[in-house]
Amino acid sequence: MTFSVLLQSIISGMLVGGVYALIGIGLTIIFGVMRVINFAHGDIMMVGMYLTFFLFTLLGIDPFVSVLITMPLMFLFGALMQKVFINRVLSALPQNQILLTIGLGLIMSNSAMLAFTSDYKILTTSYSSSSYSLGGISISQPLLISFLITCAITVGLYWFLMRTDTGQAIRATAQDREAAQLMGINVKWMSILSFGIGSAMAGTAGALIAPTYYIFPQVGSAFTLKAFVITVLGGMGSIIGATLGGIIIGLVESVSAVTISSEWKDVVVFAIFLLVLLIKPSGLMGKSRL
Amino acid sequence: MLTINKLNFSYGDMQVLWNIDLAVHEGEIVTVVGANGSGKSTTLKNISRLVAPQSGNIDFQGENINSLESHQVVERGLVQVPEGRKIFPEMTVLENLRMGSFIKSARPTREANVERVFTMFPRLKERQKQLGGTMSGGEQQMLAIARGLMTNPKLLLLDEPSLGLSPLFVKIIFEIIQEINKQGVTILLVEQNVFQSLKISDRAYVLETGRIVLSGTGSELLSNDHVKKAFLGM
Ligand SMILES: Nc1ncnc2c1ncn2[C@@H]1O[C@H](COP(=O)(O)OP(=O)(O)OP(=O)(O)O)[C@@H](O)[C@H]1O
Ligand SMILES: [Mg+2]
Repeated sequence: MTFSVLLQSIISGMLVGGVYALIGIGLTIIFGVMRVINFAHGDIMMVGMYLTFFLFTLLGIDPFVSVLITMPLMFLFGALMQKVFINRVLSALPQNQILLTIGLGLIMSNSAMLAFTSDYKILTTSYSSSSYSLGGISISQPLLISFLITCAITVGLYWFLMRTDTGQAIRATAQDREAAQLMGINVKWMSILSFGIGSAMAGTAGALIAPTYYIFPQVGSAFTLKAFVITVLGGMGSIIGATLGGIIIGLVESVSAVTISSEWKDVVVFAIFLLVLLIKPSGLMGKSRL
Repeated sequence: MLTINKLNFSYGDMQVLWNIDLAVHEGEIVTVVGANGSGKSTTLKNISRLVAPQSGNIDFQGENINSLESHQVVERGLVQVPEGRKIFPEMTVLENLRMGSFIKSARPTREANVERVFTMFPRLKERQKQLGGTMSGGEQQMLAIARGLMTNPKLLLLDEPSLGLSPLFVKIIFEIIQEINKQGVTILLVEQNVFQSLKISDRAYVLETGRIVLSGTGSELLSNDHVKKAFLGM
């Protein structure tokens, strides 16, 4: 293996990691505000993938452009899910919340199976396999574009949370729900907003990987697990942690696939995950909150 | 201004408030004193609608607020500074204060109110960039009161503001409460520091195991035998 192959895998790992980060950020916002682990997260992402697929095949909208449609639609989808289902179990036992989100995820993946069969779908654009080459290293064009979009979204979200009143109110709700209520913050509304944002992040991640992944109804479960690993690795509830976690997982997967073998990449990911938790049980960014 | 009529409340099947009758008139400082677990905080939580009253009426400025949500109560000008301060730990002092003026009606006066509370609590001004969670207990109490003032309250509920503070801080807090009241904010105070709080109160209630057993003016209760025995160790 040459140095350039290694460098190549580091770069593509980073690029994929950016999208992982987006999935992790979504999960961490939902957890931070509601203390609910969203086991339907990957399935929400799957919905985003199908949405992107059909916008492309039926209406001819480029997958990266269709983010502009997918993101608000997935926001509404998540907000509705929170309002109708999850708001009811916020003070219920954790196992009930887990069952509810798992159930919602199953409904989504099985509905997708009913509607679209379990066939693998592939979204091929004119640039799906084109790449830029830079000193002997080739950078996949769709991966690079999706990474840039991810960066823009992450920066935008961070700005929203830190610099706007509504963003600060979401953070306040995450840090002390009762105190937030006493400041006149409508915490139910903040929960709806947060689940909407979390779903928009997952759905957008789905849109961004649609041109490079197989699209099928069960694609979500692997990503739910991945999102969970990313957020725990980074520290539950920390956005910076989830960003870091996503990029680390992307890097580890990619580098271990070329240095060891792609069958072993998940083993390496989980070995590193366990190692980090052994050294720092609360995750990389500790217990910091939104 | 605030009228509570036959309020009953239970946690699960354990009833903790029994037929509470309580009134606060505009401009007053009213104190509720009572031993640990007597139901003081629960009474305030009912008023702020953090929990739902089981029966009875809570009226604020002539409006029944039983069916309002907690954020709507705040919008009416009824604001609580909770027991244990409940500062947003990962926000700076300034961000905590700005959250205090989250409601629409408080936004226009936000900057003026920041200046006002900084004059009242110079220590907060010095530490405006410090994270709330790293402030000392006394500083957090100041911040909690200041954050409450940022909402432009008409009636401020204070739950044990002197709890765990050194004598110097206790003195400062009681002076501040009087100053806030002079500026036109009505106060409903819950305290275990019975002597200090009765001294500054217009009227007071004694709560025992969820029932109001005594009420009167501050000075009446200070010279009441039962109060002397139960709370002042005389
Ligand atoms: N969330 C809860 N669930 C069940 N019981 C509760 C809850 N909160 C309070 N209680 C009980 O209700 C009773 C009244 O509690 P409350 O907090 O109102 O007392 P308090 O007068 O404020 O006491 P303290 O001076 O210690 O703050 C206590 O017996 C307490 O154990
Ligand atoms: Mg109490």
